[in-house]
Amino acid sequence: MNKLIKYVLYDIVRNKIIVAYTLFLLLLSIGLFHLGGSPDKGLLSLLNLVLLTVPLISIVFGTTHFYNSYEFMELLVSQPIKRSKIFLSEYLGVSLSLSAAFGIGVGVPVLLFAPGATGLFLLLTGIFVTFIFVALAFLASVITRDKAKGIGIALLLWFYFALIYDGLVLFVLYSFGDYPLEKATLVLTALNPVDLGRVLVLLNLDVSAMMGYTGALYKSIFGSGWGIAIAFAVMVLWVLLPLLSARRVFQKRDL
Amino acid sequence: MLRGVSVELDKGKVISIIGPNGAGKTTMSKCILGMVLPDSGDIKFNGESVLRKHAYRSQIGYMPQIGRYPENMKIRQVIEMVRDIRKKSAVDDELIGLYRLEEMYDKRMGALSGGTKQKVSAALAFLFDPQVLILDEPTAGLDPFAAEILKGKILKEKKKGKLILITSHIMSEVEEVADEVMCLVDGNVMFYETISELKAQTQETRLSRAVAKIMREGYKP
Repeated sequence: MNKLIKYVLYDIVRNKIIVAYTLFLLLLSIGLFHLGGSPDKGLLSLLNLVLLTVPLISIVFGTTHFYNSYEFMELLVSQPIKRSKIFLSEYLGVSLSLSAAFGIGVGVPVLLFAPGATGLFLLLTGIFVTFIFVALAFLASVITRDKAKGIGIALLLWFYFALIYDGLVLFVLYSFGDYPLEKATLVLTALNPVDLGRVLVLLNLDVSAMMGYTGALYKSIFGSGWGIAIAFAVMVLWVLLPLLSARRVFQKRDL
Repeated sequence: MLRGVSVELDKGKVISIIGPNGAGKTTMSKCILGMVLPDSGDIKFNGESVLRKHAYRSQIGYMPQIGRYPENMKIRQVIEMVRDIRKKSAVDDELIGLYRLEEMYDKRMGALSGGTKQKVSAALAFLFDPQVLILDEPTAGLDPFAAEILKGKILKEKKKGKLILITSHIMSEVEEVADEVMCLVDGNVMFYETISELKAQTQETRLSRAVAKIMREGYKP
């Protein structure tokens, strides 16, 4: 499997998009830290931008890469290797290279300008979100053979998680504002990996005081080591669920 | 695509799969390779089912109808990668030599002509001295000279006792290299006979006429 990942990585590194992505993140992070004044403010704006762009780039890059590697996979399938190995090598190749780009592009500036626990959470969240959205991208790509449709599904997923979902949550909170919704919001947060990441980082920034009762509840849950562990466990589930279902489809499909 | 195909293929023979377009020739070879999974039934290789397995493919060399390769890889890298995966150093690089692929080792796959890609596919199929060769329209796209080399290679490997499956539309070519002909029509086996038997039955001297006659009048075993 390591060999296969090597060839996938080799193919991706030759692709200049990954370099452009690293530079983009690097410029974004350095720029925000210089604009923000205090490192905390910088982290906050960085968080919002990271949670918007990282899922988008991961899902679009993941989908296009999958369709572009069709020939590669066809070549491999007639060789003595398991299909699931081919699939997981592709997945790890893409997610590792995107995570590396994120690690350099955001990790280095964070270490320089705002080292600390919050920065670490931001990095972890970004890497998790990368893995999650590449898994979703692969799921979208195995569902349909048509590249345009696949990218369409991928973009819809991004729209849903990055934009529509928050709107729905706000709508629910508004409509049922008279009821105690703390537990419900907690569940709603876990159902969207982007929100979950956001909450994890925000709570570390000590701005939760401005989030009212829900914020207090979050703080009491995510503030403890256990809460954080559970949050990350949910993130792992968010990686595994789409990844394993995509692998299932891929193994049973005609190539 | 395929319906109720039940055949047994023995080693030491060249078997040609013929049939109209869309009859399931390529699907059949892809089934053997595990690229297309059958809805029902089983495929056995040396007596063992191949469904959901992969190791048996180390005994198969496959030359696809249209070889599609990662565009950014060079010929050298493709060959090295397959060698890497098979964990076997190349055994039979005769075709690489005959096709002078070494001179083009540093060309990108994307920059190669269709015929040259076919040469790479052919070289890869024979590279690891497999027991079974599956060649899907091997000479389509090859220049006559290269096609001759390939036919010579096929006959040479047959003498070593290998099973060679060839799908083809060119009857003269089938006649030259194959021992037996399997004809698929709409996913069913219409007939599976030795060439001499087919000729005797139809009282024709050329395979193409014999097959045409059977297609027209139906097969009577």
